[in-house]
Amino acid sequence: MLQDTAQSAATTVTVILPAALMRLFPGCQGRLVIAASDIAGMLDELEARWPGMRDRLRDSTPSIRRHISIFIDGRRSRLDTPLRPGATVYVLTAMSGG
Amino acid sequence: MAKNVHLLVGTRKGAFVLDGDSERGTWTLRGPFCEAWPINHVIADNATGTIYAGGGNEWFGPAVWKSEDLGETWSHSSEGLSYAEGETPIKAVWSLTQNGKALYAGVEPAGLFRSEDHGITWEHLDGLQKHPSRPQWMPGGGGLILHHIVTHPEDNNQLWIAISTAGVFHSSDGGQTWEPRNKGTRNDYMPEDQRYPEFGQCVHALAMASGMPDRLYQQNHCGMYRSDDGGQSWRSIEPGLPSTFGFPAVAHPRDPETLYLLPLNGDVLGRYVPDAKAAVWRTRDGGKTWEDLRNGLPQKEVFFGVLRQSMSTDTLDPAGVYFGTNTGELYASADEGETWTCLAEHLPTITSVETLVVDR
Repeated sequence: MLQDTAQSAATTVTVILPAALMRLFPGCQGRLVIAASDIAGMLDELEARWPGMRDRLRDSTPSIRRHISIFIDGRRSRLDTPLRPGATVYVLTAMSGG
Repeated sequence: MAKNVHLLVGTRKGAFVLDGDSERGTWTLRGPFCEAWPINHVIADNATGTIYAGGGNEWFGPAVWKSEDLGETWSHSSEGLSYAEGETPIKAVWSLTQNGKALYAGVEPAGLFRSEDHGITWEHLDGLQKHPSRPQWMPGGGGLILHHIVTHPEDNNQLWIAISTAGVFHSSDGGQTWEPRNKGTRNDYMPEDQRYPEFGQCVHALAMASGMPDRLYQQNHCGMYRSDDGGQSWRSIEPGLPSTFGFPAVAHPRDPETLYLLPLNGDVLGRYVPDAKAAVWRTRDGGKTWEDLRNGLPQKEVFFGVLRQSMSTDTLDPAGVYFGTNTGELYASADEGETWTCLAEHLPTITSVETLVVDR
């Protein structure tokens, strides 16, 4: 029970957003600190700050959009990938969608 | 009252607006807007002048963009513009239509959405997803796309939609339920004894005659057609035209017997203007006879085509007619098609042309 609680607790990460996304949300910072337990939660936090942003990064499958890559510690992640405290999360537009 | 005409142009690299005057002789180009996203359809709410642009970006998905100041500033939204979990996600918005106070959007994979708050939030009208014929729908070469939404001038509950390649469907309950209306239109890609199916035709454009909601015209992948019963039956109006293939079909703003088409040479012949000479074709008698309109259009080594939604008229008298090519050229006529001028030569591939007429 306590272990489940610890695993689901939010952790604080640094999120780097791509310039093309920032252009869609004037005033959005490109480097920010987010508290969430996994990638899906991180996107929910982004949505809370900039309504509409989550839909630009994930589709209704639900999945990270096909031509968006989200990397944690150098590895491509999924919506259910947990966040490591202090990690840097890169949200990138993939070359395949450019 | 004097009026100004604005052309609303969707392209593969953003939306553009051209500002003209009532003489339609001087035009100013602005854009690209919408962050140069692929934009498939740009329309305006004639009552308010609000511009809506629908499209889809490979990175960021589908959205409807909106401008309340003739394109100077834009916002975007896709809230509610999604299918249920597990279904293939929406790739792009392809058509937009104002219907009374509601805004409708047609998307890819084919489906219909409605907004009651001017494009901020969207509701899925899932009757098309649930239609019994849905499992047999096949996408065309360009995708399974709902590209035309035609409304009834007096009954907001009646809608006709065109889907490549499911065909024409009609709703009498505002888009909740649908019936196919393709009787008499061909699918040449089927065995000979199956060429007039109930659905599955590749309709390219749908237009309603002014003041006659039962009169519809259709440009199909396989022929040109007219209906006098709201699409319940169709008959060919191909005789006199240079081919059976083309994309846009545009009705005159006042004369129900006048229709504009832009036939291309053929679906396997390169899909450019016949004989490599540009012409718009016009009927003044509901499709019985046709005349080619070429004065001012290029007549040598022309290999462009014009896509489904890339032709339009304005509401002035005489009517202006406009079309944009897949090579980025935009042409205009201020005299119902008798003479033409080139307004722009180097735009990105043009996916749609619509007009907005405002009082000065």
